[in-house]
Amino acid sequence: MTLWWIGDIVLLVVIVPIVVYLLNGVLSAARSIVPSVRQIADVAAAGSKDLDATALLLTTQDQVRQTVAVVASYGGSLDVIIDDAEEA
Amino acid sequence: MPAAGAVLLVTVVLIVLALVFFLVSTILQLRAITAGLDDVIAGVGEILEKSAPVNAVVDDINANLDAGVDLLEGLLVKKAGMDDALGLVDGLYPGAAAAGFRQFPDSASITPPRIGEVYTKGTLTLARLGREAPIAMANPAGPVLRNVEGGSLAARLLYPDGRQERPENLPRSPVIGTDAPTQYEQREGGGQPRKRLPAR
Repeated sequence: MTLWWIGDIVLLVVIVPIVVYLLNGVLSAARSIVPSVRQIADVAAAGSKDLDATALLLTTQDQVRQTVAVVASYGGSLDVIIDDAEEA
Repeated sequence: MPAAGAVLLVTVVLIVLALVFFLVSTILQLRAITAGLDDVIAGVGEILEKSAPVNAVVDDINANLDAGVDLLEGLLVKKAGMDDALGLVDGLYPGAAAAGFRQFPDSASITPPRIGEVYTKGTLTLARLGREAPIAMANPAGPVLRNVEGGSLAARLLYPDGRQERPENLPRSPVIGTDAPTQYEQREGGGQPRKRLPAR
């Protein structure tokens, strides 16, 4: 009978606090992850919104092509109009 | 049932209740984490989808710009000569001659002429834009220097000391007559010819 009582005391004084401590640690860790995940989700959404302007790169690409074509045409005309530099 | 057995039973029940409480709370938090990660994955997926064509487009833009730069460098060197071309570039963008032209690696070792110190910035701008181009019309450093549609007064304002030599307001003509604010004494012999001094 004495051993039963010793077992009960060990269970109450040692096992129960250890179990509660460990479970509380797991719960605290899980709770601390939630705000971080929410912040990451907000940042990902903001980053995705910032990239909405990337579609304009296609316009830029087209404008650059046209500009370089005009410059090439202008350069060709200048090449005909202006004399070459004299060789030193 | 002995008292020790009852205490044991109550203790086990307490442990089970603690397990249930904490594990259920942990499960709820993990579900919240899963929902948040779903949002993250959706956002990252959008980022990947939107940024996927960026590399190809930017590479194409860079290739076109490289072709334009090579063309203009080659034309400038062909028409102005290597030395003067470097001087022009260095006059417009001080220090740029140190890098030289991309198509001409040896140009980095050439000492450019000091064209920027001999000619004014406006001359270099004209050389850059062409003779009939409006001077500094698109210069981000300041307002347009010359109103291409207005009169020549704007050009005169460029050099106020050198060009505007006459006074702003000429003195007024004197008021004469009996009502003049300044009355002068009538000289003797009014109406008569002036006395002429004897010639020496």
